[in-house]
Amino acid sequence: MRQMPAANRDELRARYPDIFNRPASARLATPAMLLIALGIFAFGLFDLNFSPTRLFAGLHQLGWITLMMLPPDPGSSLPLYLKALGETLSIALLGTTLAAVMALPVSLFAARNIVRSNFLRFPVRRFLDSIRGIDTLIWALVWINVVGLGPFAGVLAIAVSDFGAFGKLFSEAIEAADQKEVEGIRASGGSSLHEIRFGLMPQVLPVIAGQVLYYIESNTRSATIIGIVGAGGIGLQLAEQIRVLEWQKVSFLILMILVAVAAIDWISGKLRFAIIGRRAVV
Amino acid sequence: MTIAVSVLPGQQLAALKAAYRKAVARKRLRFALGAVLFVVALLVAAIGAEVNLRTLFTYFGNFISYFDRILKLDDGTRVWSNVGEWFWGWRKWLRFLGETLLISYVGTLIGTVFAFVLNFFAAENTAPWSWLRFTIRRLLEFARTVPGIVFALIFVIAFGLGPMAGVLAIAIHSTGALGKQFAEIVENADMKPVEGVRATGASWLSCMRFAVLPQVVAGYASYALLRFEINVREASVMGFVGAGGIGQELVVAIRKFYYSDVSAILLMIVVTVFCIDIGTGLLRGRLFGREART
Repeated sequence: MRQMPAANRDELRARYPDIFNRPASARLATPAMLLIALGIFAFGLFDLNFSPTRLFAGLHQLGWITLMMLPPDPGSSLPLYLKALGETLSIALLGTTLAAVMALPVSLFAARNIVRSNFLRFPVRRFLDSIRGIDTLIWALVWINVVGLGPFAGVLAIAVSDFGAFGKLFSEAIEAADQKEVEGIRASGGSSLHEIRFGLMPQVLPVIAGQVLYYIESNTRSATIIGIVGAGGIGLQLAEQIRVLEWQKVSFLILMILVAVAAIDWISGKLRFAIIGRRAVV
Repeated sequence: MTIAVSVLPGQQLAALKAAYRKAVARKRLRFALGAVLFVVALLVAAIGAEVNLRTLFTYFGNFISYFDRILKLDDGTRVWSNVGEWFWGWRKWLRFLGETLLISYVGTLIGTVFAFVLNFFAAENTAPWSWLRFTIRRLLEFARTVPGIVFALIFVIAFGLGPMAGVLAIAIHSTGALGKQFAEIVENADMKPVEGVRATGASWLSCMRFAVLPQVVAGYASYALLRFEINVREASVMGFVGAGGIGQELVVAIRKFYYSDVSAILLMIVVTVFCIDIGTGLLRGRLFGREART
């Protein structure tokens, strides 16, 4: 580029003024943003007590822990772990189903093409949003206060936090449905309940089924961790073994979780394709 | 208005009707089979999770009354009648909320940097060696499948109690999730610019810098912002295992039945999450807006 004749460069300069003469604000925007981002980062490191000595000491410790994890070994508690894993899967399945059953009627109230008035729809949507803003673990703690320690609290925690997510997803699916079929039902003299049952549901249910399956899959992951606060399942065992520093059991439990998640992934993928065909899943 | 509806002769019609009935019956049978399987699975799960429907209904009343209780002050009045009393600890809670935001910010940034470095090696079309791609893909998969809070539990033991463990846990989880998403963006990028740059004799690094990066950087920023939003939620519970942030205060309030504190802290978390959602939404809109203009 350096050998380019000056005349040529001038001509280019004249032809593309907005590339050669960018205003200072445009040129400075990206570096300024990066600088601010780095500044907050540095402040964060300082404020959160990061120090190289702590980092290296911790990494050293982590290295030891990793060495002690090998080889993974359940000891004599394999049946117990298998039972806990079953409990985790049960929590995921029940919690998701309960959430879907509760969310379906509520999502109708949050959908624009069913409830026309903004005034009625707004509070429902905000309500669903605030439920979603609270993490599953927090719901688990709350439910433990109400129903006591155990897997039942986990089921209810997953049900409540997914209720928020499902309400939003279902209402979006309903809004995306084709209105022509609903109009057809209305034209043949159907009531508004008929419109929902025969016009909307056949379009919406496959989408909803796909989403529910996807959530069962992702809830298997959530269900593994709610045990950490005492809501049953394999997380309870995992947290306990970490606390008593039984690293070989810890690594075995982590492996079990990975295998279970992969298995559920595979099964629900198959089922999803069976239900909605080879259509893309949102 | 008269409409002529042609009716097929009886024999032909009967055959069609029989075929229709058979098709519907087969569909119904499949549906019924699926439903029965599902219900059986639910029953098995219900036994496994010690669920009892009758207790659910009694407990549901307790759940509602729990919310009634957390919205009452110690003297029995509603919380909003005395906001000063309700938010008595707002200074402390705001500091912990700030710490939560910082944890998720620093964690997301570290995760983004690692994901940025690794994703070119994990994407099908840019990885220089396939054995490296395989290794990095498995590593990323591991980092995102193990829940963040499990990493936090282990890191609290290795690095000591405090926000550092939370930051590192979030960083690892974000590396796994973002690495996959970034690699998917790179796989969707147009390879013609890469060929053009390579034709000038450029190295692999220059190819990435001048041909791939300009196509994908807006997508990266968008996913990183989305991840930040998710991590704020995640960081709010890191305190449960002693890894810093507002979770510490919340878990103490819930476990010790400080009812009005629970509602105050929950409200602060929800409002913060809302603000972050809206803020990152606006920012992402601007990023994509700029992309559309050029």
